[in-house]
Amino acid sequence: MTVLSGQDLPRDGEALQGAALHARLERTWGDAPGLWGWLTTTDHKKIGRRYIVTAFVFMALAGVLALAMRLQLAGPEKALMTPDRYNQLFTMHGTTMMFLFAVPVMEAMAIYLVPLMIGTRNISFPRLNAFSYWMYLAGGILLWVAFLLNIGPDAGWFSYTPLSGPQFSPGKRVDIWAQMITFTEVAALAVAVEIVATILKQRAPGMTLSRMPLFVWTMLVVALMVIFSMPSVALGSGLLISDRLIGTHFYNAYEHGDPLLWQHLFWFFGHPEVYIIFLPGAGFVSHITETFTRRPVFAYPAMVLSLVTVGLLAFGVWVHHMFATGLPRTGYAFYTAATMAVSIPAGIQIFCWIATIWDGRPRFKVPFLYVFAFIFTFVIGGLSGVMQASVPIDLQVHDTYFIVAHFHYVLVGGAVFPLLGAIDYWFPKVTGRMMGEALGKVSFWLVFLGFQVTFFPMHLLGMWGMPRRVYTYPTGMGWDEMNLIATMGSFALAAGFVLYIVNALNSARRGAIAGPNPWDAAGLEWATASPPPQYNFAHIPVVTSRTPLWDNRNHLPVMTGLRVDDREVLLTTVMDAVPDLREPSALPSIWPLASALATTCMFIASIFTPWAVVIGTFPIAAALIAWFWPKGPMSPEPVIE
Amino acid sequence: MSALPPKFEGDLAELPTHAFGHRSLTWWGVVAFFLIEGTAFGLAIGVYFFLQGLENSWPPEPWKPADLLAGTLFTITILLSEIPSTIVKRAAERHDLATVRRWMLVLIPFFVLLLVFRAFEFNSLNVKWDDNAYGSIIWTLLFLHLTHILTDVADSLVLTALIWTKRGGENRRIVDVSENAMYWRFVWLTWIPIYLLIYWVPRWVK
Repeated sequence: MTVLSGQDLPRDGEALQGAALHARLERTWGDAPGLWGWLTTTDHKKIGRRYIVTAFVFMALAGVLALAMRLQLAGPEKALMTPDRYNQLFTMHGTTMMFLFAVPVMEAMAIYLVPLMIGTRNISFPRLNAFSYWMYLAGGILLWVAFLLNIGPDAGWFSYTPLSGPQFSPGKRVDIWAQMITFTEVAALAVAVEIVATILKQRAPGMTLSRMPLFVWTMLVVALMVIFSMPSVALGSGLLISDRLIGTHFYNAYEHGDPLLWQHLFWFFGHPEVYIIFLPGAGFVSHITETFTRRPVFAYPAMVLSLVTVGLLAFGVWVHHMFATGLPRTGYAFYTAATMAVSIPAGIQIFCWIATIWDGRPRFKVPFLYVFAFIFTFVIGGLSGVMQASVPIDLQVHDTYFIVAHFHYVLVGGAVFPLLGAIDYWFPKVTGRMMGEALGKVSFWLVFLGFQVTFFPMHLLGMWGMPRRVYTYPTGMGWDEMNLIATMGSFALAAGFVLYIVNALNSARRGAIAGPNPWDAAGLEWATASPPPQYNFAHIPVVTSRTPLWDNRNHLPVMTGLRVDDREVLLTTVMDAVPDLREPSALPSIWPLASALATTCMFIASIFTPWAVVIGTFPIAAALIAWFWPKGPMSPEPVIE
Repeated sequence: MSALPPKFEGDLAELPTHAFGHRSLTWWGVVAFFLIEGTAFGLAIGVYFFLQGLENSWPPEPWKPADLLAGTLFTITILLSEIPSTIVKRAAERHDLATVRRWMLVLIPFFVLLLVFRAFEFNSLNVKWDDNAYGSIIWTLLFLHLTHILTDVADSLVLTALIWTKRGGENRRIVDVSENAMYWRFVWLTWIPIYLLIYWVPRWVK
């Protein structure tokens, strides 16, 4: 066997740079042309983009359902739809927004951005990343095809037992819901593993933990939260399916199970889920604020500690969703205190952003406007959250429109506004073109004001006693005007979204050419071309501060020596990011798609017969073995050292 | 192509291309999956105690606790299997391919015995999954661990086949062998509390 020294293989360096290096790396990192390349790619940018577009398609679908619900509720005793259809609509709306839009889109932003922000060529475990996308897509299609076939779930996005159990929900609707959970959990957990490994091991030389961009910090916390919380809903929905399919009794009180067990398992996941959605938003806001105030974010260590604290506290507050189920007195006291405690780190973050803006030189571009929308809306949502931490208030407003108002303020204010700002902000990096500023401002004001007009009246409706999840209400309750106002607001909000999408599609083709760093931002993702080449960086960048591009205006410090004839990534040490190893990065492969298809067949068939789990395992195993079996030429690196 | 001209500050060509333990990416992937699976097992154990708290006796009258023989033989076998597994791990880390190949074969009879004992375990629980909530959680714990065993046995068999091909000498494969042996430790470590919960806690608490 030939033994080669590390120096005998082609590498980048002073002898190989510029156009020649670009051509060489394009050959190594490029995908096959056409459909085959599209199906087999392991590039984090392509998969991330695909994930983001799919998530927005699901958001649009769920948004249409919301409009249908608002039309039904625009006045009393309307009969646009049956109560059964209405039940399906609010279940599909919540389920789609939470499981098919909010969590996937945040992870998708990380799939695209994190490798660029930390200066590496690809995400870790790129084939797992491809697999994750196909699983997510299959789960979403399952849910929506079922809905179109009139077997859409109808027990609410949290599917409480005993309503969702075999006794009260016969048929397959809840099984579809529970199995969709399995799909999306597999997808989300796979991405979480990739993100943790990428962040801890693939940062550019010199990017110590204390120099990590704040979005990368938020995604590290979020990925760990996914790892510790999603198994809970996966287990819970697995037990639910088994109660429904093979007659176990986990949630069956008659055989000494307990429906409340479901609430514990669901909310042990469900509360961290809220912060899984909101924390990436905090990351977006930090980057946008820094760039548009031309000042590093105020009190970086306090920001990081707050993020970590929110992540930890998230696991100690799930019972506040269960105040109305009856708790021991200490339980009430503990979960009230824990819930109120969350407002401390959240408040610190808000003050840090305000201080950054105060001390900076703000430029009021569209992404920055969303920061203000975020602060305004999220603070209101946070305050109504603190109100509900108090048990007497919670018992009063439980299951009313006050709750609907609260969580839309937190989730739309805390996650969707920053996300819209983030897409406007990173759009030039992804497409190479700027998003239109004028149309951007029009859509911003429609979205922002439309949102307030839709959801603010719901606080009042809730306090006036209107319960959530009712398909209509009688005249004379005093709820008519506020419902009509909310419906009008929802159409303004929807118009804002449509304009936003039109602006994005239009700008992708005709927007002004952006260049590598159109906003004069500080992060590494702006050091490469827009859109970035498939290999991300020609040479591996070296980092010496938290704002590398502001501190190196004339050149980019880099390291050379990765192979250019094979896909190779640099691994660095966990704390200090000292260069440590060169490891290969996976080539394109069809097997992640094949494995996802095999898993999809097994998951769907298992709704109908438990034997699917036994039989379906074999095609999955075969596809996974084909995936892992090494192919292609042997490694030319030294074999025996 | 980079927007700013590069300034060369060092070269990475002489870095090694593989390492064991936390220096490798594989290790971090495996540890993350430990955390996911460990959380799932921890929550399943939580469900066990939640349901136990609803009962006056455990197992509820008139059910009997599971018979000990099959589960105990399984436990002894899986603990003994750590010996060849450790030999494989250590041999991998000193690049002793011949020992790795031989001792990975030695593990196969252990796998066969474990699967046979596991089959008998399901037959010795003295309760069906649909009898009551006690039966449901006992079966679920055993089933969850069965999937754990099956995944790692399948994984180990594929790796054994791979290590006997000419690719077995590649450094990446040797690292895989080491991480696979680490995963096996997790498989039997999670079994110990589950063994106690299925077989002994019902005898201790009554």
